[in-house]
Amino acid sequence: MNRISDYTDIEDNANCSDFKQNFDLVSPEEIQYYSELLTQDFEELNRKSCIFGLPFPQKIVDLRKWIEENLHPQLQLHENIPTFFHNILVLRKVENVRMIDRYNSKNSIVGTLYLTATHLIFVDPEANKETWILHMHIANIEKQPLSTTGSPLLIRCKTFLSVTFVIAKERECHDVYTTLIKLCQPVNIQNLYCFQYTSSSEELSKSAGWDFFKLENEYKRMKVPNDYWQLTTMNKNYELCDTYPSQIYIPTTVDKTVLLGSSRFRSKGRLPALTYLHPNKASICRCSQPLSGFSARCVEDEQMLQEIRKTNPNSNILYVVDTRPRINAMANRAAGKGYENELFYENTKFHFLGIENIHTMRASLQKLIETCEQKSMSGFLSALESSGWLKHIRSMLDTSYFIANAVYKGISVVVHCSDPFYRTIKGFQSLIEKDWLSFGHKFSERCGHLQTDPKEISPIFTQFLESVWQIMQQRVDAFEFNERFLLILHDHVMSCQFGTFIGNCEKDRIDLKLSEKTFSLWGYMANHMNEYLNPIYKPGEVDDIIVPNLAPQCIKYWRGMYSRFESGVHPREDLSDLLLANKEHCSSLDDHVQHLTKRIGNLKNLISKSAKKLQANSATLLQNATGKNSTDNKFNYDNKKLSELQSADHDHPLKLNDNNYSFSNLSVSDCNTAEIDQITSEINSVALDWKSLRSANACSCSTPFSQEMKKTHCWRCGEIFCTRCIDKSIPLPGQHSQKPRPVCRTCFKLVTTVSP
Amino acid sequence: MDFAHLIEIPKIDSVILHRQLKKPIYGTLCLTFSHIIVSERNKSESDDEKGNSEELWLLHQSIDSIEKKPYLVNSQLMNVPGKGHNIILKLKDLRIVTLEIPQAQDYLAVSASIEQLSSLKDPKTLYAFYYRPIYHLYLENGFNIFRPEIEFSKLIASDEWRISTVNESYDVCQSYSSKLIVPKCITDEQLIQSSQFRDLGRFPIISYRHENGAVLMKSSQPNPNSTKRCKADEALLNCLLNKNQKGFIIDTTGGKNKWTGENEQHYSLWKKFIRPIGNFAHPSGFLDCFSKLIEACNDTGSSTEKWLSRLESSGWLTLVLNSLNTACIVAQCMAQEGSSVLVHGGQGMDSTLIVTSLVQIILNPDSRTVRGLQALIDREWIQAGHPFGTRHAQSCYSSSQQRAKSSGASFVLFLDCVYQLYQQFPLSFEFDPHILIILFEHSYFSQYGTFIVDNEMERVELMAFTKTTSLWSHLNRPDIITNLLNSAYEPNQSIIWPSVAPVSLVLWSDLYLRFVVENNQIKKIKQHVESMISSEKELRSRVLRLRKQLSDLKKEYDELQVDQKIYNNDNSNNPLFNGAN
Repeated sequence: MNRISDYTDIEDNANCSDFKQNFDLVSPEEIQYYSELLTQDFEELNRKSCIFGLPFPQKIVDLRKWIEENLHPQLQLHENIPTFFHNILVLRKVENVRMIDRYNSKNSIVGTLYLTATHLIFVDPEANKETWILHMHIANIEKQPLSTTGSPLLIRCKTFLSVTFVIAKERECHDVYTTLIKLCQPVNIQNLYCFQYTSSSEELSKSAGWDFFKLENEYKRMKVPNDYWQLTTMNKNYELCDTYPSQIYIPTTVDKTVLLGSSRFRSKGRLPALTYLHPNKASICRCSQPLSGFSARCVEDEQMLQEIRKTNPNSNILYVVDTRPRINAMANRAAGKGYENELFYENTKFHFLGIENIHTMRASLQKLIETCEQKSMSGFLSALESSGWLKHIRSMLDTSYFIANAVYKGISVVVHCSDPFYRTIKGFQSLIEKDWLSFGHKFSERCGHLQTDPKEISPIFTQFLESVWQIMQQRVDAFEFNERFLLILHDHVMSCQFGTFIGNCEKDRIDLKLSEKTFSLWGYMANHMNEYLNPIYKPGEVDDIIVPNLAPQCIKYWRGMYSRFESGVHPREDLSDLLLANKEHCSSLDDHVQHLTKRIGNLKNLISKSAKKLQANSATLLQNATGKNSTDNKFNYDNKKLSELQSADHDHPLKLNDNNYSFSNLSVSDCNTAEIDQITSEINSVALDWKSLRSANACSCSTPFSQEMKKTHCWRCGEIFCTRCIDKSIPLPGQHSQKPRPVCRTCFKLVTTVSP
Repeated sequence: MDFAHLIEIPKIDSVILHRQLKKPIYGTLCLTFSHIIVSERNKSESDDEKGNSEELWLLHQSIDSIEKKPYLVNSQLMNVPGKGHNIILKLKDLRIVTLEIPQAQDYLAVSASIEQLSSLKDPKTLYAFYYRPIYHLYLENGFNIFRPEIEFSKLIASDEWRISTVNESYDVCQSYSSKLIVPKCITDEQLIQSSQFRDLGRFPIISYRHENGAVLMKSSQPNPNSTKRCKADEALLNCLLNKNQKGFIIDTTGGKNKWTGENEQHYSLWKKFIRPIGNFAHPSGFLDCFSKLIEACNDTGSSTEKWLSRLESSGWLTLVLNSLNTACIVAQCMAQEGSSVLVHGGQGMDSTLIVTSLVQIILNPDSRTVRGLQALIDREWIQAGHPFGTRHAQSCYSSSQQRAKSSGASFVLFLDCVYQLYQQFPLSFEFDPHILIILFEHSYFSQYGTFIVDNEMERVELMAFTKTTSLWSHLNRPDIITNLLNSAYEPNQSIIWPSVAPVSLVLWSDLYLRFVVENNQIKKIKQHVESMISSEKELRSRVLRLRKQLSDLKKEYDELQVDQKIYNNDNSNNPLFNGAN
């Protein structure tokens, strides 16, 4: 009877374990292929082209070596008979592992843990649920004190998943622990996941996406170069500043000496460079802190800022925004850095804005993650308060709004943006490409991709995404993309599955030859674009500048990000998913309507043609056949209809061939007949009704659906499938546009056999 | 009734009305017995013709607090141009408006009049008794549609339940209605005995019967003065249980209350749980929390830390969490154990009703429809005698010292919980959450008589059923109700189990922040969603039409083909025809 004294979530009491990395699962066809290969000659194959059951390109043999050298004791590849899971070679298989989810600690699941070269996989045999954890996503692993059931291993992920595995034998636990420690943060950048990742289930080529965004196109969109701004070749080989892109735009009036001087005066040579030009000529430039120490000044830098000020004929003032609190800037002077001396810069206004440093942010996020474990309302709220996270987000938005507003009012600012273009998917991607990737952000250190100083890790990019989310909450209709888009972006910045966010700046990425060796996230995302669309985006009705409301009441906790893996805590029905499906269904039906209209037109035409033919023929027949009566009453019956049809035929100026019945005519009509026979199958190829999302509990592959799993409709049968089962797209015969549409495997076979 | 003597000055020119988030109105102030009317001075006649001039009507009964801020020089009221005397009106719909009056004597007259008119206690002066709707023809009379004999018609038709008129003259229980649904095996005499055992005579009555037969009952707690055992009360409860079955008593009062519960020896078939919602000695505890919440919400200039700490210390979200949690436990007892449950707490007029009504929304798909929600509120709150008149006499802006212990905000808490359920199941509700805000407003002040005074007895005395109009009659008019529908509604027959994790709850900003934070996107989004869903339906029916047309044409064509074949066959056998070619 005790169980009812506490309300726990009844519906999903086996919740929490149903999240999956859907992007790199292997399709059943492939599994079959590889298992055949593997059973043939495992040993040989393993040496040549397979690593842990996955094929790999020859050029990363060194990675294989590295894994073997580092993990040999655990691996014992050649001594033992290898085990497989989804045909991925398993380094370690541990049975009887208890998985405890952080929110529902009473609810534990016993299952098997598989450790592979890339993932940690937990399988719950009863619920048929798998939990996949990408090693690259692991933020930290903690061995907790021995308990009566075994030794617990707490794993916290960069995706805010946090699970505890209780492993019965201490020694096994230690093995898993040491292996994971080695795998989750490689020492060498060449060992990152993206260099091994080969797109398995997708039709995605390595080159796709790398050339989607070109820096010069982005500047062209802003109409740069122009009379005030020009491209400088001085950073062609990254001489001026190695963390900037090779193309930087500066005022036309600035000469070499000024550039060099200003660059030398700025930390890491990051001189003021144009990043955004508003149509009203106000601009946003960015730079690093000056190496001013307590008293140093630099005439060239002062001149540089004056020239920037002059590029905007509409305003006499330039704002210099220091995003740090003033006190931090002052403290940095002791290190020979600091801030500009106001006296030396004419017509320039300096503003300090209170965005705290990376260390404060890291500590704050740590506390925020722990708030999710609070079970009482007041505990949750006070933990949220003491984390200070929302405060930081608010000050970030505040700063951005300050700058955006200044630019909007026509004042140039040296340092994000109010351009509606950036609220589209493409625009947002190019914004990231420009401001984060080209101009350098220490992704490797801030995200902890490699083994580095833990003090360098900080959630700066996460904060940027959250700021965008906060604005999205206030103006849903202003963004082309949705929350899922931001989440995917966040996860892949951390996963290192794609080369896009590897390295810290343009130069690094060229040196690493990422565009040849790895896949681009933009290419992957382009293939999944329909999942990221905001169904209520209204491009026409949005103002140029969004004025975010920065009242503390409006800054919310981002449940979709930080509590993502507590599947029990999210809304059980999602309006935006419904609308997304609605939108797709509408476009499917619309395409079908076009096709039907065309067919109806054709058929009307055909009928009137053959009716006329019949008429004409019967007339000839009557003329020629003396004394022979046409005995078929049907003619009379049809004649009535024919007159109607003929009138419909007036639209078509096709004239009937007077030369009555001929073989050529017959063949035409045969061809049409074939088309007409297809009408039924054409009609059947487009689902009239789509299954309601609520009724979908499990995919046909018996994978249970969880809240956050993407459920995809098959456009042909209207049933719902998980991403693993709906990996094919094909044009449907019943649709006018003949664009490839997502279909399930059964329908794929049906469509391909009908129309060879 | 004559109010003329209360209105010291009927009309003043050139006043300024300051509002939140909106431009001030410069114009004329008129005082009537029911309303304060401020109308914008017409700048030009064309404006007036276009209907551009704004007017604001405020019911006196909507005023929660009046603050006076005259312009003083040496504590003397002074008439200085540009420096008006302010009357700050804080309304029960959470709005705050300021009247700025230039002349001192006007200011004194207006403030005295408003103070008198807004503090009338006699229920006969309620506006609902004076309001004459423009639409005289309603499709139905909202006072009759949810009568217990209609609502429980299925139960009455069964052998187990009957209508009792024991309370016809309201002397068994003042706050219950005249007709009550009771188990057939219990006599009226037993009901009277049970009522004597329980506080305020509120003996156990039915709230809901689940499809599996589990019954949800509500009552007040046993009377603290009667320590004796009451066999009739035990029988009344025990007749709900089948053989070998146990029932549950959920006590919603906090530890501070020194109520004597049922003696466990005498109620051996019942298992008792204490699940307090708030630890309050009086219903005004709910209002205290609500008041702190609104105070925090109105302060948009504070820091993030201060906002969060005030939100936390208001305790409102904790109340929401506790209410949902307790409702879920009850629902679990009923749906999963198949056990009957009695919910009580104190007088059984506040937290009890929150729990019993939430349980029904969770379990019963009907109560998630517009009409079902109306029926639920009518049954569980109005007929069950939640004293709206007393509880809502004061609201969050009243000063905490002057707050009556009988004031409260439990109905608001209930609405908030429904909003939370809606947030988690946005497709399972037929109504749009805006209806909850409408209900919130009408429960405080209204031209309709649904929420006035405390119970049926008082309504009968005042002849409210004939002299006022029902809110339901108004809401159910076709042109009104269509705006209250959720276009994304997909009827959901299953139980909706919500998440009660703290992270799952949200602040009801559409209500609490509506005059503080500008939000014009709700309406836009609603329209957008509506048009998307209707276009899907349209396309679907168009496809159906075209498919039919196409298959008809195909049939016709096939027939023609057959004709042609017959014809061809005829001709191939015809030498004459061949020769002609």
